[in-house]
Amino acid sequence: MNDKVTLMKGNEALAMAMIRYGAVCTSTSSPGFSLMQEGVSYLAASEVPALLINVQRGGPGLGTIHASQADYFQACKGGGHGDYHMIVLAPSSVQEMADMVALGFDLAFKYRCVSMILADGTIGQLMEKVVLPEQRPRRTDDEIRQQCPWAVNGRKGMRPSNVVTSLELDDDKMEENNWRFQACYREIEKNETRCELIDTEDCDYLITAFGTTARVAMKTMELARAEGIKVGMFRPITLWPFPEKQLREAAKNVKGILCVELNAGQMVEDVKLAVECKMPVEHYGRFGGNVPTPDELLNVLKEKLINK
Amino acid sequence: MELNDIIKPENKVYAEPKLLNRVHMHYCPGCSHGVVHKLVAQVIEEMGVAEKTVGVSPVGCAVFAYNYIDVDWEEAPHGRATALATAVKRLWPENLVFTYQGDGDFSAIGTCESIHACNRGENIVIIFINNAIYGMTGGQMAPTTLLGQKTATCPYGRRPDLNGYPLAITPLLAQLDGTCYVTRQSVHTPANVRKAKAALKKAFENSINCKGTSVVEIVSACNTGWKLTPEKANKWMEENMFAKYPLGDLKDLKDGIQR
Repeated sequence: MNDKVTLMKGNEALAMAMIRYGAVCTSTSSPGFSLMQEGVSYLAASEVPALLINVQRGGPGLGTIHASQADYFQACKGGGHGDYHMIVLAPSSVQEMADMVALGFDLAFKYRCVSMILADGTIGQLMEKVVLPEQRPRRTDDEIRQQCPWAVNGRKGMRPSNVVTSLELDDDKMEENNWRFQACYREIEKNETRCELIDTEDCDYLITAFGTTARVAMKTMELARAEGIKVGMFRPITLWPFPEKQLREAAKNVKGILCVELNAGQMVEDVKLAVECKMPVEHYGRFGGNVPTPDELLNVLKEKLINK
Repeated sequence: MELNDIIKPENKVYAEPKLLNRVHMHYCPGCSHGVVHKLVAQVIEEMGVAEKTVGVSPVGCAVFAYNYIDVDWEEAPHGRATALATAVKRLWPENLVFTYQGDGDFSAIGTCESIHACNRGENIVIIFINNAIYGMTGGQMAPTTLLGQKTATCPYGRRPDLNGYPLAITPLLAQLDGTCYVTRQSVHTPANVRKAKAALKKAFENSINCKGTSVVEIVSACNTGWKLTPEKANKWMEENMFAKYPLGDLKDLKDGIQR
């Protein structure tokens, strides 16, 4: 990488200010991402594409440097001010994390919105085989002018001036802006929900999990099936937009759902909303950097749903 | 001699800059912003660089600078203008990139990025409007507020034991290896307007020629915040502001910074 595209910034707020210009990717861990919330809100309001990466660590506060999934609310429900959404991608392998870089950029530019890769400390430090996607060259200056006519780069040919701003003091115009943002979010919800379903056709119980906990729960599924308990897995790949239709469909014949997370219960709220509380939905969370074992999850499944 | 004999192109001494949009400015009568805006538009126009100019506006009175000067603009989050300008200039190195910031934006909330952008020697211009008060929010104390100066939040005058000392940030920036040109100007007399214009031109050329960071501080009047008439505000500025913030060049490296 050359210095034209890589710069270590003094702090998170500065990094976000640069990203505001479409610089266009930054990576951090939870406390750093808290510092970036102002910038996320500005990005969304300015309709500037960007990719943000949060490799979550345990909080609140400085907390721990080990894995956590406790920034789900912050990522999916808006940690900054105002009505906005980011596309939140949750990788559960190194390969997926690598692939999501290109996907995240593509989606951000397609919708002129913010994409985020929400990984966690375990996925972030995992060593696995990975096939790196082919490197795509940076857009040339002419391509930028052509593909991003909104970009602020000088009025070449004395075209009308471009202004990127999030400020609008005329209430009606600001309401109009908000409707435009919302229309974009509805479009994203329609087109971009992604999830993985494993053995859900015949399952009696469903585990919902993302990232690291999904990897652990895949082993739990195997252990359960070896005991004759039919367990399936629903793994959202986009946390926002949350794949609620897919979950509702996958869960229609199950006796109960166990939502496993490295937090005190965050995605479980979206799971309950998706299935409209038509069946028991239990949550199991570990925090402080601890990750549950497959056996632990099997015991929890039995305790909370099967032998209840 | 008839009037029509005088009105000829070769006799023209002044014209409104075309890059200054014909809209009502929201600035108070007597404020220095209008004059500085005009100078910025004039210099860009005279240099013929509107096609490759990007401005970064602040949060504060000048937040709507993009409504007045007809070039490409980014409106920065509060204090982050120099960080944004860094990104613009790094990605478009041939461009003229400038920020336009008041003392609250530049030397209070933005102090960190202001110093670091200068210290990295970013090839940008910082136009720093110092009027020793928070104008937009209603005349509160700024870091640059003078000792004894009365504001809404120090109604009995700024006290060093309670409020610390006025921050002269420009001399700090002149010490940094990344700055090539640091100057302090004002626009309260025709002579000063001309000097300020020359300073802006030099700074803009530095940005285009990638000579390092240029800082043009304009010691300015905020007659509304100071609760004075425009005329008295200019006098107060001469008598009080210039003692703490003396005009003139603080640094001028003709060949730019060492890389």
